[in-house]
Amino acid sequence: MLGYALRRLLVAIPTLLLLVIACFFLMHAAPGGPFTSERPLPPEVLANIEARYGLDQPLWKQLWDYVSNIVLRFDFGPSFVFKDRDVNDIIAQGFPISLTYGTLSFLVATIAGVALGIAAAIRHNTWVDYFAVSLGIAAQALPNFIMGPILILTFTLWLGWLPGGGWNGGQWPYLIMPVIALSTSYMGSIARITRSSMLEVMNSNFIRTARAKGLPERRIIYRHALKPALLPVISYLGPVFVYVLTGSVFVDIYFSTGGLGKSYVSSALTRDYAVLLGVTILYGALTVVVNLLTDLAYAWFDPKIRFQ
Amino acid sequence: MIRLRYSMFCVLVSGLLALGGAFADNHVPANVELAAEQVFTYRVLDEHSSLDPQVVEDTSGAEIVRDLFEGLMNQDSDGKLVPGVATGYTVNDDNTVYTFTLRDNAKWSNGDAVTAHDFVYAWQRAADPELASPYQWFVELMSLKNASAVIKGEASLDTLGVRAVDDATFEVTLSAPLPYFPQMTTHATTFPAPRAVIEKHGKSWTKPENIVSNGAYILTEHLPAERSVRERNPMYWDNDNTIIDKTISLVINDENVALTRFLAGELDRTEVPAGQFPRLQKEHPEEAISFPRLCNYYYTFNLSDSGPEAFKDVRVRQALALAVDRKIITANVLAGGQPEAYTFTPAAVAEFTPPTTEMAQMSQADRDAKAKVLLEEAGFGADNPLTFDMMYNTSEAHKKVAVAMSQMWKQKLGVKVNLSNMEWKVFLETRGNQNFELARGAWCGDYNEASTFLDLLDSESGYNDGKYNNAKLDELLENAKVSDNAAEIYTQIEDIIAEEMPVIPVYHYAGVYMMGSDVGNWPVGNVEQNWYSKNLYKIAQ
Amino acid sequence: MLLLGCIVLFVLIGPQFAQWNNEDIDWTALGDIAVLGAPSIESGHFFGTDSLGRDLFSRTIQATGTSLLVGLIGAVMALLVGTAWGVCAGYFGGRIDNVLMRIVDILLAIPSTLVIILILVVVGRSFFALFLALGAVSWLTMARIVRAQTLALKHREFIEAARAGGVSEPMIIIRHILPNLFGVVIVYASLLVPDVILAESFISFLGLGISEPYTSLGALISEGAGTMSYGTLWQLAFPLAFYVAIIITMFFIGDGLRDALDPKDR
Repeated sequence: MLGYALRRLLVAIPTLLLLVIACFFLMHAAPGGPFTSERPLPPEVLANIEARYGLDQPLWKQLWDYVSNIVLRFDFGPSFVFKDRDVNDIIAQGFPISLTYGTLSFLVATIAGVALGIAAAIRHNTWVDYFAVSLGIAAQALPNFIMGPILILTFTLWLGWLPGGGWNGGQWPYLIMPVIALSTSYMGSIARITRSSMLEVMNSNFIRTARAKGLPERRIIYRHALKPALLPVISYLGPVFVYVLTGSVFVDIYFSTGGLGKSYVSSALTRDYAVLLGVTILYGALTVVVNLLTDLAYAWFDPKIRFQ
Repeated sequence: MIRLRYSMFCVLVSGLLALGGAFADNHVPANVELAAEQVFTYRVLDEHSSLDPQVVEDTSGAEIVRDLFEGLMNQDSDGKLVPGVATGYTVNDDNTVYTFTLRDNAKWSNGDAVTAHDFVYAWQRAADPELASPYQWFVELMSLKNASAVIKGEASLDTLGVRAVDDATFEVTLSAPLPYFPQMTTHATTFPAPRAVIEKHGKSWTKPENIVSNGAYILTEHLPAERSVRERNPMYWDNDNTIIDKTISLVINDENVALTRFLAGELDRTEVPAGQFPRLQKEHPEEAISFPRLCNYYYTFNLSDSGPEAFKDVRVRQALALAVDRKIITANVLAGGQPEAYTFTPAAVAEFTPPTTEMAQMSQADRDAKAKVLLEEAGFGADNPLTFDMMYNTSEAHKKVAVAMSQMWKQKLGVKVNLSNMEWKVFLETRGNQNFELARGAWCGDYNEASTFLDLLDSESGYNDGKYNNAKLDELLENAKVSDNAAEIYTQIEDIIAEEMPVIPVYHYAGVYMMGSDVGNWPVGNVEQNWYSKNLYKIAQ
Repeated sequence: MLLLGCIVLFVLIGPQFAQWNNEDIDWTALGDIAVLGAPSIESGHFFGTDSLGRDLFSRTIQATGTSLLVGLIGAVMALLVGTAWGVCAGYFGGRIDNVLMRIVDILLAIPSTLVIILILVVVGRSFFALFLALGAVSWLTMARIVRAQTLALKHREFIEAARAGGVSEPMIIIRHILPNLFGVVIVYASLLVPDVILAESFISFLGLGISEPYTSLGALISEGAGTMSYGTLWQLAFPLAFYVAIIITMFFIGDGLRDALDPKDR
């Protein structure tokens, strides 16, 4: 198991390198550069800027310099848009924020979603089931760009209980709305996947056998049904975890939280090459690690799955 | 031109005479009772690009820089020049050498005196190819002697036309006379820079813990993409007359959320979303304000070889321009008090009143009738409808205007328009490559003079994406730069534009704000919206 | 199913009742949307108007049709590609699994904004490009889920029995793996439909999706959400109602199909 994990982490290095290369060329293929603006810059000014950021070099040289700077100095380069700041600085400032509200949202969504899903499956076709299902649908029907404005209108304008945005070092009044907005729709999806997967497992032969043996229902559910039922949930949760860890662009837009979600999207729009690459690498690294964790989790949930 | 210069100088001198203790009394009327807490909080759309005066390029950054640093000259609430670090200036006979006298009590926030050397350093820095500021174009625009050579790296920095005669005398040499040069010294690019601090900290010198500034405020907190806070600078020479203690800018990307937070009392100022002004004005008459800005909004025809044949017919262009009901667009679609546009230059511009064109005098019914006739003459009718693509960058307001325009054409003229929206950079690239038929354009004045707009239609202009080419117009623009009566030439140019319609002017921007009723002295008369926290105050309520 | 029928029926028959088409601006209503643009029978705007005075009833009909199509095709593409990819990775395992899943990792991390912009540049603006973009961003999670299920399935007794019995590998996949995947896959696909509908509005923002005067539910909902506190709540309510109806339909289709096709229940 340990050997497998180590090997996977080793594979991560070429994976990330491929990611950087792919992203780098896609980025340069996209029309417009970081300095394309409403006012076309005079050629001599553009030349100075390109020289300063090394954009006058051939692409392969730029890529080489970029990668070697990361490897040798862990320097992800300067932002092309936020001229006083480096990419390291931007990530160091934004990532802890995204990480905080992302992890909280993930926990809320997972715990509530799984609990709802299991409750619905166990009490299939009772009011518990209908309630859970409608709650799941309602949650899914309120994507975060609706939740955001609704929450701010309710809690800030009408009730006046919570500040309308900002982060303030992550004090709890500033955390509540982002977490609700981000976790709601995921909770709905998680509940539905859990419910259907649980139903499936409860109908399967080995549970019938267990029932036939007269095991108590509670024991059947927790001992036998839960683990295999959670398998598809885990694979759904993997990418979701990465999404919420790197923050949500909607949360950052509506609640001015200053997380990385906004940087990820807006750096692509402003062609802020270094920021885009930096955040993508972080995202890629997280994807690799989280996917490894989910694979390890599979083995734990279903001992028959083995990785060589 | 000399007359104009002289009158500017008079304004300046009278401004100087009025200065002293009287200034503060001017900006707070006697019957106003000031609030105990003097904090001004406003919304910005996005995180600023930089706080380095020579590097900053966005409006929200420039707003902060204007509070943190002070240049040679400032603008008053009407955009007129008032003394800043300089107490005044003189010009030589051929209008190419300006000599600024600096006040002796101007200080940096660390207590050092602000000297002419700080300005020399800053202006050289702005032109420095090494720093590679995008605002090097502004240095070129200022016509500083040797600016282009320095920027191209062909001449050393010290050949730039700036010199510290002594600590209190700053001398600027221009390569050619420039009528609006003094106006340009209110721009952030020309603000002084603290050499020692910059050399010590590199590009992180603008962080709150490092920054040293000479304006009325110092930066005390900056949480990127969240907020920045600036507080009173006790070292500022006019600190006694500064009333606002603290100014906070909050980054709120979504304008609707910003409005909600304004209504919840978290903000003193925010923008009004398109179409919401009438309702807000009804509900909050004291707080919803609208005033003209120095920006235009238009659609440009692609007149280059890649453009459609139909647009090369001036009758088609005229017909399309006539059929746009600007009243509906300004009063119902945007509804924010924007002026309707029949000329390229906004009426808000200084020293020039754009002519009332023939089109502006007609009723909309007459315009529509004329448009129909013109389009038929050009050979387009029910059996041969005019069809073209119309392109705009993605935004709720642009979309509304484009949809309304296309519907007007469709319903009145039977024209078929294919709308397409594009993400900003793709849009710029597509338009810049003349890969369009009709595209949105807009411009905000770099300085308050008509040429900042009219130059865009020069056949050589980098912004002339429609590739309009009229030798007469180019010549007139050239003449205006050295003319005694530029306004008359600008009128002729506007007449040519009205005649040839290379672009369809739609409306001119207005500043449409929700402004807390306790905010005093907001400069609504300043069409460039160069505002200074030090001139504001909060009224007790 | 019935509900889906109703929605489709509405999309087909609705235009017969509409008194305005989806792109004409009602210039009178434009004067004061909050009052004149409200839903009413007399004005012919049964669902009111949008903020430009266009009839929301016909716009909702057009948007629902478009979004349903976009959502279903997007989800089907994700289902086909994701399932094929996931089954290959999960069943064959080892090196193939590693390579296939690392590709998924890379694709998950590449900013979709870039991919969409490039599709726009290369393919141009068309329905095909839109589906390509939607498919490109939505099959990855599906592949991961399918792979996990396949991993679990391939060690089950009945698969091993089949293998011992000499059934060929393609036959095992088609006969035994795919049917058993169906439950989870179909539920996830039905979850994807609403997601794809919303994703379309982001793609439209980048200029690749549906362009004015045509619209989609995602676009209508996000417009309505922005202006919900300005006294024009109907601009959110009606499109959202149709969106919710689609979610509910998808729920029943997902679970209904699962029950109907579950091999264990046969």
